[in-house]
Amino acid sequence: MDYFQIALVTLEATIRLSVPLILAALAGLYSERSGIFDIGLEGKMLAAAFAGGAAAAVYDSAFIGLLAAIAVSVGLALVHAFASITQRGNQIVSGVAINFIALGATVILGQAWFRQGGRTPQLDGDSRFQAVTLPFAETLQSVPILGPIYENLISGHFLLTYFAFAMVPITWWVLYRTRFGLRLRAVGENPGAVDTAGISVPRMRYMAVICCGILCGFAGAYLSMAVAAGFVKGMTAGKGFIALAALIFAKWKPLNVMLACLLFGFLDATAILMQGHALPLIGEVPVQFMQALPYILTVILLAGFIGKAIPPKAGGQPYVKER
Amino acid sequence: MKNADLGWLRGKHMPSVVGQTNREANGWHMGDLAIELRGIDKSFGAVHANKNINLQVRKGTIHGIIGENGAGKSTLMSILYGFYQADKGDIQVNGAPTIIRDPNTAISLGIGMVHQHFMLVDNFTVLENVMLGAEENAVLNRGITKARAELKRLEDEYALEVDPDAVIEELPVGLQQRVEILKALFRGAEILILDEPTGVLTPAEADHLFRILEQLRDQGKTILLITHKLREIMAITDEVSVMRRGEIVATRETGKTSVEELAELMVGRRVLLRVEKGEANPQDVKLAVKDLTVRDSRGVVMVDNVSLDVRAGEIVGIAGVAGNGQSELLEAITGIRQAENGTVMLDGEPIRVTGEADPAELRKRGLAHVPEDRHHMGLVLSFEENENAILGYHYDEQFLNGPMLNLNNIRQEAAKKAEEYDIRPPDVRLKTANFSGGNQQKIVLAREMGRDPTVLVIGQPTRGVDVGAIEFIHRRIIEMRDAGKAVLLVSVELDEIRALSDRILVMFAGRVVGERTPDATEGELGLLMAGVEEAQEAAQ
Amino acid sequence: MSAPYAKLPLWVEYALIPLINLVVAFLVAGLVVLIVGESPLRAATLLVQGAFGYGEGIGFTLYYATNFIFTGLAVAVAFHCGLFNIGGEGQAYIGGLGVALACLWFDNIVPWFVTFPIAVLAAALFGAAWAFIPGYLQAKRGSHIVITTIMFNFIASSLMVYMLVEVLKPLGSMAPQTRTFADGGQLPRLDWLLSTFGLDIGGAPFNLSFIVALVAAFLVWLLIWRTRLGYEIRTMGASPSAARYAGIKDARVIIITMLISGGLAGMMALNPIMGDQHRLQLDFVTGAGFVGIAVALMGRSHPVGIIPAAILFGMLYQGGAEISFEMPNISRDMITIIQGLVILFAGALEHMFRPTLIAFFATLRGTRDPAEAPAAGG
Repeated sequence: MDYFQIALVTLEATIRLSVPLILAALAGLYSERSGIFDIGLEGKMLAAAFAGGAAAAVYDSAFIGLLAAIAVSVGLALVHAFASITQRGNQIVSGVAINFIALGATVILGQAWFRQGGRTPQLDGDSRFQAVTLPFAETLQSVPILGPIYENLISGHFLLTYFAFAMVPITWWVLYRTRFGLRLRAVGENPGAVDTAGISVPRMRYMAVICCGILCGFAGAYLSMAVAAGFVKGMTAGKGFIALAALIFAKWKPLNVMLACLLFGFLDATAILMQGHALPLIGEVPVQFMQALPYILTVILLAGFIGKAIPPKAGGQPYVKER
Repeated sequence: MKNADLGWLRGKHMPSVVGQTNREANGWHMGDLAIELRGIDKSFGAVHANKNINLQVRKGTIHGIIGENGAGKSTLMSILYGFYQADKGDIQVNGAPTIIRDPNTAISLGIGMVHQHFMLVDNFTVLENVMLGAEENAVLNRGITKARAELKRLEDEYALEVDPDAVIEELPVGLQQRVEILKALFRGAEILILDEPTGVLTPAEADHLFRILEQLRDQGKTILLITHKLREIMAITDEVSVMRRGEIVATRETGKTSVEELAELMVGRRVLLRVEKGEANPQDVKLAVKDLTVRDSRGVVMVDNVSLDVRAGEIVGIAGVAGNGQSELLEAITGIRQAENGTVMLDGEPIRVTGEADPAELRKRGLAHVPEDRHHMGLVLSFEENENAILGYHYDEQFLNGPMLNLNNIRQEAAKKAEEYDIRPPDVRLKTANFSGGNQQKIVLAREMGRDPTVLVIGQPTRGVDVGAIEFIHRRIIEMRDAGKAVLLVSVELDEIRALSDRILVMFAGRVVGERTPDATEGELGLLMAGVEEAQEAAQ
Repeated sequence: MSAPYAKLPLWVEYALIPLINLVVAFLVAGLVVLIVGESPLRAATLLVQGAFGYGEGIGFTLYYATNFIFTGLAVAVAFHCGLFNIGGEGQAYIGGLGVALACLWFDNIVPWFVTFPIAVLAAALFGAAWAFIPGYLQAKRGSHIVITTIMFNFIASSLMVYMLVEVLKPLGSMAPQTRTFADGGQLPRLDWLLSTFGLDIGGAPFNLSFIVALVAAFLVWLLIWRTRLGYEIRTMGASPSAARYAGIKDARVIIITMLISGGLAGMMALNPIMGDQHRLQLDFVTGAGFVGIAVALMGRSHPVGIIPAAILFGMLYQGGAEISFEMPNISRDMITIIQGLVILFAGALEHMFRPTLIAFFATLRGTRDPAEAPAAGG
């Protein structure tokens, strides 16, 4: 394999691996910019992956699977919203709870319904998302360099992949160019200002958390119905937490989120590729180190050694009207 | 200009001639009511915040509402702005009965509010803040254009200049307040409520605010000014209502009342803050502050090159409008906040004020500190009373057995103090949050006074404390002086400073701008507190 | 007014409310059992029988509870300082490295009671070391400890995989685990303790760590409520500004608290490694660090609450295993759900039933409390 091929494969894998991160991190962005911390991204994604895989298998429709994934994820998001907004509970605690409920419930329900050791039935045909080949991908194949780049990197992904990348500018636009975005950002910084402007703080936050649920639903659907052909026990494998790390690493900004997710996806891709290969000067890097790198980088960022990650000011605190 | 500046301080109301013609031109009649409240009643649990309030506010006037902290002013205004619903009573706006369910209703009725703590999003621009909640469309584009134009119009009409693209956190406080006013006007407010608007302003900024308010009134707006400062009422209002313990006790035409009458109405008895005290007998300097400079977290100089001495057996009072550096001065002296430079000598020995000073070590050296904010500093409200009785002294061997706490001693000591300072209920195992404000303050005082300190630093000793406890606390402070302690007292209550101090220092914009004896008149001190003396000196 | 200090009788505050929260969590769990087509009542019976019905069951229940006492205490100590240590999992994992190293070095040289204190110390030290960096970063650089401890869980996991695969695995072995310790690296079981109650422990790995856990619980109680350090920790947790005023060095207290918390989490490793498996394996913590969160919340961060809460979760782990034999639809993952529900209802929704209870007790008394708390500021 020549270097160009290696690069192509790595980048293709980077895109594939970063899609769930982008969707989940953007999900977290909506919630956290509104002042609701969410460490339950992992759980929502997992539950959505299960619901998607299960519904798609039963109804033999990827579309119904996607709807089910979103519905379940939004349901969990609403639990988080009820605990954090209505009951003014601890948002971290609520997030932890949701992660466990999802982790346990997906296995128990999966086993009870499908009896395949926590898996959902294999998806194929209509029940799974298929890769989309963009026009001319094959005709352009012979064009040197650009041809393969077009064929492998730009064409040939799932619809959900294009959706994920489209959500980045869309989220930016929503956040900075719409009324909803203005209020969302405001409610995460100073809910008092929103309240006195005659806007309901709980309503804004509920809406933000629902947005978070929807995107986590897409992320889960991508895992079980696009890259994989069905749900596997614990298949998120910490991706929700990497997404959370990426969100912090991106300082809660949409464009940065994409870059951070691509970086973390790239680290993941190279970790797999580099296994057993020595690097010049450094020698062989243990694969475990590469896997831990996103977390290490995030800690270094949080320590303030590469810029400062300042979370939304009202984040994590329930809003109480002052007397 | 100078006359205008001084006018409000002297308490003379000078109606603007131009304004009156304007008002007539706009067709306002002094008789029309902008707001009428009838029988408003509101309780929070057992706290009866508003009792049978009747209030009439005429259109095109500045109506003052004055009362002490906790008199129920803010609650009343929150009801008017739809933040709370009254338990009983009717509200009429512009002659029509209304029910104000939420701020939205209030806004649509033309009521705008400038909150004591600004309701601004710090990392938003002025424009974004003004637009928030009044964006017109789901997509911002057109709204932004319109808002920009409207801001420009308001700017021209009322001389309220602010850069629409400036970010709030980079603006000085006075301009931030202006944004709050713009927010209300942008929403078409005809009735503007300002809640303690000068609390955070320098006198110059306050002065500017008053001119803006007068101009708004002259253009036909109705203004409700909530304050506990008599001078402001006298300076700017047309009418004034006095609140006391949740009730409106009187409404007067400002021109026909006096500071003395209003003060009496506010407090409910003849104001006589003369505490019985004998001559001071000052001895050696126990606390010497020299060239102290302190910056706050934003890097703004809050204490600017301050020097002062406090001798054993005297009370030195620091007067000043809140926010002129008194809090930072106290915190720097007591080791809570790091100073930029300067020295502080405690009983002849230096304190490491510019380094990591240690409040615990200072206590050991005889510096006792009653902090300004007892809820967040002086006490841990979720602790038992006895645990608070040792806060800051928990390192004392008396309360320890090696690394362990000596609970017997701690509780005995707390019980002894509770008796000595008449802390009620005398239950040292009770949660501190369950004590009243006055008793909570006594817990702090008992702790800080009871350990024979050399220097006692006290901030706002009677804030949020009932009248009975005030006298008790004042007597204790005098007793400390007579016992030969050096007492440094900071209070925003000028009366308190005058009643207790043997010498008065006035702080303005981070500097000590003058020293006076307690005989100095309120007017004289007021001028100093407003930084006027300084301006005059500078002009010469 | 959210009335954080609204008065309720103490027994309501510390017994009834946690109980109600727990009951609701179990009711919802029962619903899940119904959904998968089994009888919740029968499941509950099996659970209790499996956990307490016979000596071996009790032995296993207490064995699991031992883990949770340690991790529950770890979370609770940090809670008292206002810190949310989600890193118990990673700290316990790294603590296991300490135990394993101590055992690998000494098991062939000295008897177990010599290795034992060294292993305890090593477990605590390694766990503390893993908590030190998040603690230090929180104290000195203001890095949010929730996030850093989550990150450190993952880093710990990678590190331990590396250690086991590349460093500790005996030559020629395929499984990523250390060699089995000799007798000098094995803790004695507590058969005698249960047999005094006439119970036969059977194969349950109930061992000396349980006693260590009880001692740790007592020491934590002593630390938090009876020492100067505990006083400082509680002051920091309740009001950082009051702590500053009182001359309490916040950075120092935060770091020390995290060291203690991490140390307690690390000591959890004694139980499975030295008490049961007698070797270090991948993923031996199996979520005990997270169960600690549920245990601390349920036990209201007080050792007296934590021990029964830990035993309850021990019961779930043991009884849950028992259920899965009888009911094919219910695996031990059911415990994970219950754990999540307990965290939800005892933690995030802990005040949900409070207003109802306050109203209930108010009507019970016939009069409304002449309430206190004249809040400051008009």
